[in-house]
Amino acid sequence: MFTPSFWRMKRFADSVPEILRLQQEMNRLFSAAGQSAATDYPAINIWEKDGAALIRAELPGIDPENIDISVTDNTVTISGTKKAQNLKEGENYLRQERIPGGFQRSIQMPFRVDAKGVEAKYEKGVLNVSLPRAQEDLPKKIKINA
Amino acid sequence: MSEKDLQKTENTAAAERIRNVKTFIPRVDIYETKDAIFLIADMPGVDEKTVDIELEKNILTITGRVEDGRSRDYNLIFSEYEVGDYERSFALSDEIDRDKINATVKQGVLLLELPKAEKVKPTKIAIKAA
Repeated sequence: MFTPSFWRMKRFADSVPEILRLQQEMNRLFSAAGQSAATDYPAINIWEKDGAALIRAELPGIDPENIDISVTDNTVTISGTKKAQNLKEGENYLRQERIPGGFQRSIQMPFRVDAKGVEAKYEKGVLNVSLPRAQEDLPKKIKINA
Repeated sequence: MSEKDLQKTENTAAAERIRNVKTFIPRVDIYETKDAIFLIADMPGVDEKTVDIELEKNILTITGRVEDGRSRDYNLIFSEYEVGDYERSFALSDEIDRDKINATVKQGVLLLELPKAEKVKPTKIAIKAA
């Protein structure tokens, strides 16, 4: 992140978005201190906008039919299987780094998910799951009677 | 394999990009058949337009450019992986027929077919009865 180019920037105005992003990253980094390191598969990123969340995971080479997404109350579960390559007789691996097998991951959201509104998209090996917040879970504004 | 191996590894040896992004090492499987060597690389986020395969002398380099993973208006609140480009090089032996290399990309996975040259294919030698 602290690339030399950053300090060499001539015009301050040009670097404002970069500084803002840096600040955001820093905040995130420190607020996450103490959390356990990511070791689960698949690794996920979670994005937030107006209370709704977007979960993104890299799952290359998995048929969308082999990915299961289920939502119960506030827990989202992503599971699936990565198929192994079928090698014929006489064919052999010289190198195998891609790990076949099943995976499952549950993520607990800080709100109740509107299960009907969940949308999932699989594109270029990246899974996007958007999770809207349940209507009854949204904060309600209470009118004060005079 | 340890748990940590499930995550992406940064490619520190790769030449730095002009764009300010990290470079990762794609995971590959390589297997051999009678006629060819197949190379499969996991490169989530790339498609046929953003992958480059270059063969210079006997070094085969695969690179993938990945669009910035940031979504507009969205804030990243939890992050376990970073998005970046991919780069990895392999040394090829002379047994590969360079003109017939074939590549396809599907679901973020690159499949490279490296056919063996005719002259090195195994040939069966018939034994005549004496």
